[in-house]
Amino acid sequence: MAAIYNLYIINKSGGLILYKDYGSAGRMDTNDSLRVASLWHSMHAISQQLSPVLGCAGIDLLEADNFDLHCFQSLTGTKFFVVCEPGTLHMENLLKYMYELYADYVLKNPFYEMEMPIRCELFEISLSQAIQKDRVALLGR
Amino acid sequence: MAPAGPRSGDAIFASVERVNAELFTLTYGAIVRQLLTDLEEVDEVNKQLDQMGYNIGIRLIDEFLAKSNVSRCTDFKETTEVIAKVGFKMFLGVGASVTNWDAEGTCCSIVLEDNPLVDFVELPDTCQGLYYCNVLSGVIRGALEMVSMKTEVTWLRDVLRGDDVFELQVKLIKQVPEEYPYKDDE
Repeated sequence: MAAIYNLYIINKSGGLILYKDYGSAGRMDTNDSLRVASLWHSMHAISQQLSPVLGCAGIDLLEADNFDLHCFQSLTGTKFFVVCEPGTLHMENLLKYMYELYADYVLKNPFYEMEMPIRCELFEISLSQAIQKDRVALLGR
Repeated sequence: MAPAGPRSGDAIFASVERVNAELFTLTYGAIVRQLLTDLEEVDEVNKQLDQMGYNIGIRLIDEFLAKSNVSRCTDFKETTEVIAKVGFKMFLGVGASVTNWDAEGTCCSIVLEDNPLVDFVELPDTCQGLYYCNVLSGVIRGALEMVSMKTEVTWLRDVLRGDDVFELQVKLIKQVPEEYPYKDDE
């Protein structure tokens, strides 16, 4: 079963609020992950301008030789994206499920400040449970 | 796999965990009473309730979008329909309808069929200026602001003040889409 390399969540201004990596491939230190996140935010925005068709919502999928990057942007501007092995299935469902977990464990936590880095243990636990290899396929619904 | 379509308010309301309605009514009542004790001025309480609603709304919108799976609305009319049909149903279990559109399509009324916040509530003479359910106007305002719409939400009719229904006026002030700053000279 194909692997997930890392997960990012960026707020509507492009700031990184969550970075999680799985396995040593593609691990990044804090500064790099911050930089990459804002780069992705910019590319996502630029792609909407580049689009020949009106109403483009941004980049959903980036396919490269060694990885795929799936991105989901909520209507509130928060972006969830995952870097995984090429050909990994069910990533869109994973991102939608991450959004539900975010709405539950992060936003419903009254001590979480909006747009700030996520430090919610319950969120991270639920996320890890969802990522476990045999569970990702179950997210298809 | 085909993407799931938007879910109906009833379906979502049935699928989430629910709490005893009396507990909800009592909790809200306790909040309003405490605010009245702390702030004393009815106008201040109205403002605080609206602010609390705003803080709820900015978080509630993601919960709403995640659970209901609605896609981007094409115009403000669709937005208010979704708020009335899906939003109110999903969170309060009440139906609502949208009426009284103005000529430009930027201002309408949402009429609630029912309101669990005001079960058993009567306003005393000392609180006649109070908008007891002002938290709801803040929630709508906060939620819409997070999806790039600046709105003004006010109460037109309030059962606790003697009218026959709860009617909220929702006015779209402007759309403020997130702009990416491309120009270097800005």
